[in-house]
Amino acid sequence: MTSIGTGYDLSASTYSPDGRIFQVEYANKAVENSGTAIGLKVKDGVVLAVEKLVHSKLLVPGANRRIQTVDRHIGLATAGLPADGRTVASRARDEAANFRDVYRSPPTLKTVADRLGHFVQMYTLYSSVRPFGISTILGAVDKDGPALYVIEPSGVFFGYHGAAVGKGRQLAKTELEKLKLSELTAREAVIEAARIIYLVHEDAKEKEFELEMSWIGPETNNQHVAVPQDLFNEAEAKAREALVSGLE
Amino acid sequence: MDHIDFQQLKSGEVNLGTSIMAVQFADGVVIGADSRTTTGSYIANRVTDKLTHVHDRVYCCRSGSAADTQAVADIVHYYLQLYSQSSGAPPPVHTAASLFQKLCYENKDALSAGIIVAGWDKEIGPSVYNIPLGGGLFRQPWAIGGSGSTYVYGYCDATYQEGWGRDETINFVKNTLALAMSRDGSSGGVIRMCVITEGGVERLFVPGNELPKFWQGTEVLSPVKGKAVPEPQVVPMTVE
Repeated sequence: MTSIGTGYDLSASTYSPDGRIFQVEYANKAVENSGTAIGLKVKDGVVLAVEKLVHSKLLVPGANRRIQTVDRHIGLATAGLPADGRTVASRARDEAANFRDVYRSPPTLKTVADRLGHFVQMYTLYSSVRPFGISTILGAVDKDGPALYVIEPSGVFFGYHGAAVGKGRQLAKTELEKLKLSELTAREAVIEAARIIYLVHEDAKEKEFELEMSWIGPETNNQHVAVPQDLFNEAEAKAREALVSGLE
Repeated sequence: MDHIDFQQLKSGEVNLGTSIMAVQFADGVVIGADSRTTTGSYIANRVTDKLTHVHDRVYCCRSGSAADTQAVADIVHYYLQLYSQSSGAPPPVHTAASLFQKLCYENKDALSAGIIVAGWDKEIGPSVYNIPLGGGLFRQPWAIGGSGSTYVYGYCDATYQEGWGRDETINFVKNTLALAMSRDGSSGGVIRMCVITEGGVERLFVPGNELPKFWQGTEVLSPVKGKAVPEPQVVPMTVE
């Protein structure tokens, strides 16, 4: 990227001569520096998992959550600037509530992703604002079944079977591709999600991290909730086990 | 405010003093209506179509003020187009009914509209929703509405049964409306019906001279057997 000093990277409202918006590309850099977040869309549900890097031992465990609930059946995980994640989650809740208000039914994930994509894209047009420094993974079980979307800082969004954003996304993606996602249950996917987060975490570079996981499936009555403690502990133990046996 | 005053029609306002109906069956719904529109005692339109399209497989039956219900149906039609364009799929009947309910409830002081919403969708199949004057929302297997409906509640309660097919349901709607139209002065004309199924919407028409006939009252004036009826002794009035 030969953008430094050319002057085209100062504003989101200015194209470079070869048609790029450097501010949006910098926003992607902010995402790349973040702890990994993954989403798995499986046979009967969706699982979200986040590698939350802990910068201080003084932090209360469970603080600064990066998985948030948008609607009863919709969850959201972000990678990038945590404050931007909270802004986007707040907007997502407004959009979901607005849909319920107008149509008196739970919104489909596609509808929420569409509206949120428009919202994020608006921040790529004006010199007075900066683009969001986050990629957002949205997961839900709606009337059409399980659904998973990722919204990038540019505002584009795509549907996925498995998604990974943040620092360890490359390795996480290759691990996701090995899984038969359409045959797994949500419970099985929780185990896999924990294993992938532990695998992509680079012990040498980052000291501490906290695993954050939520799921939506038949065992949660298709509602977005945190993975229950016993299953969480089981998944975390198996993830550590797999890591040790993988190193041998 | 010590009482709720439902807006009466303004003088000269066009009224759908109506008989309307919708009934669900296994494969779809049958909706029906008379065709009379009045301004006071004058029939402003004797061939009105009160079965109004709001989406491909969702219709509504309108009763109350013609102007109010047309406006509300137009707004819902707009919202449903928006919904299907942005979501890429046709709206559920419940969504359409909820939009009607929202408009009718939030503007209840200004509107006089009693609407029945019916149709078919992928999630639920056939369904009928009744939205009476105050803006409530009720899902029902069958619903009747309009001024004429008050005369036929008993007939419907006594006649309706679950598990009917298409033709039985059509007959039920046709008979109920004919009975309502014969008793209600604000209903009449022809019967219009729609059969809404997954495959499409079929329109049916019963002309005014082919309405189902019930008790006509002819035998009351015929003589009782064995008893002679005396001829009335009427003296013609003299005319100058």
